[in-house]
Amino acid sequence: MDHLKSRKLKNLVAMTLATLCAAAGLALLFVILYDVLVEGLGALKLRLFTQDPAPPNLADAGGLRGAFLGQGLLTLVAAAVGVPAGVMGGTFLAEYGRNSRICRLISALSDMAVSIPSIVIGAFAYAVLVKPMGGFNGWAGAAALAIIILPIILRTTEEMLNIVPWELREAAFALGAPQHKVIIGIVWRSAKSGLFTGALLAIARVAGETAPLLFTSFNSNFFKLNLSEAVPSITVSIYQYAASPYESWTEMAWAAAFVVTVFVLLLNLVGRAALKFKKVG
Amino acid sequence: MEDLLEVKNLSFFYGADQALKDVTLPIRKNSITSLIGPSGCGKTTLLRCFNRMHDLYPKNRYAGEILMAGRNILSDGVDVLKLRNAMGMVFQKPTPFPMSVFDNVAYGLRLKSVRNMSALREKVEKALRQAAVWDEVKDRLHRNAAGLSGGQQQRLVIARTLAVEPKVILFDESTSALDPISAKKIEELMAELKKEVTIVAVTHNMQQAARISDYTALMYLGSLVEFDETGVIFTKPKHKMTEDYVTGRFG
Repeated sequence: MDHLKSRKLKNLVAMTLATLCAAAGLALLFVILYDVLVEGLGALKLRLFTQDPAPPNLADAGGLRGAFLGQGLLTLVAAAVGVPAGVMGGTFLAEYGRNSRICRLISALSDMAVSIPSIVIGAFAYAVLVKPMGGFNGWAGAAALAIIILPIILRTTEEMLNIVPWELREAAFALGAPQHKVIIGIVWRSAKSGLFTGALLAIARVAGETAPLLFTSFNSNFFKLNLSEAVPSITVSIYQYAASPYESWTEMAWAAAFVVTVFVLLLNLVGRAALKFKKVG
Repeated sequence: MEDLLEVKNLSFFYGADQALKDVTLPIRKNSITSLIGPSGCGKTTLLRCFNRMHDLYPKNRYAGEILMAGRNILSDGVDVLKLRNAMGMVFQKPTPFPMSVFDNVAYGLRLKSVRNMSALREKVEKALRQAAVWDEVKDRLHRNAAGLSGGQQQRLVIARTLAVEPKVILFDESTSALDPISAKKIEELMAELKKEVTIVAVTHNMQQAARISDYTALMYLGSLVEFDETGVIFTKPKHKMTEDYVTGRFG
């Protein structure tokens, strides 16, 4: 009986500690969300999306419409390059090169690449694409984001394709299908909701990035979406406005932070929901 | 009865491991041949030689011949994709593709570039009727095949195989993952199908081999122990090992 009691006690202690840790993490998340929600919602005004930046402390003027569009454009270009490249690379790893030494190496390196601090990737893009070209430009920013996206998509694609049962491929081969048709018609099709989720989560990961843009596309106050020049960015604007001493700018930073947070949150939720509906349809 | 296939001195290697040793046996046209034997005896390995499934993996090697109409289907010049069209295969677990019932059956036809919709419809219906699953799926042709029961899925897979009009269908323990009633339906279907195709079936279930097959081959450690008419194998086999195996004293 004593033995049983001590086991129950240990279980209780372990469970309490685990629960407390989880609660602490969640509490911090909610504090951040609460802060962003209260401060951001209060400062949110329509002109944030319709006006260009104004000088500080100008009453009721100024917005960041260019920055939202610029960030969207950078993310879009990055996704247009990074998602297909990642899906193709992951497909190679899972289908053509399965279990080969070089593929295992690429997988391991991608895992490492996922955890490289994004500011390092920004610095890399600066050295390769900003300095030689003589100034901040949008291509460098999009490239930095694409470099972040690529290994994430590569690994999720590989994992999603690996869970497609082998018998399914063999069944298609047994009907005389060539390998590319097996991959496109059967394997990708089976994994499509997983691939979609992977892409959305990777995009959500870079949509709110600041560090890789600081050295690359930087920021611009002009409503101009030219990728060969500095491109307006919402996250860099938040960074600059939040650090400024002007109340009208810090308010705008809160509002913009709120919008970015909600957007990234929604992207994550949609991505996860897509995975849930896998079996249906 | 006429021989459709002739396995002659066939050996097979997974890398350095020899999985089949000098196997020789005929596959008679419009009959069911069962391959039986304990786990690891090479019966599935032999089955997968007929449609050259082993080609999918590196380091696999064949030696010897499988003759079809006088031609060795294991030789390098053979178009494997065409060969697999002639040699359908049904696996242990049902393998419906992630698409509608109709598209599943049409998959092989579309690979052969059948595009005409009315021709597709006709062939899909014919295959589903042949596989005795038409009545159960005719109202849900355009719904996802994953919604069918296991037994229905397996008959759907058989329909998908039949749709491309193969000469041979290879069954790899295709009833062992099904409930007894579904398994019985597949067995009845196989008996019906041998009028049109030749069947080779791997099975662990000796009663099933005795019930459904015309010929039976017992394999052990990669070698063929005995091949004969099923009645002979189960009642008066020539080898002591066969007698021990079919009576359950070894295996």
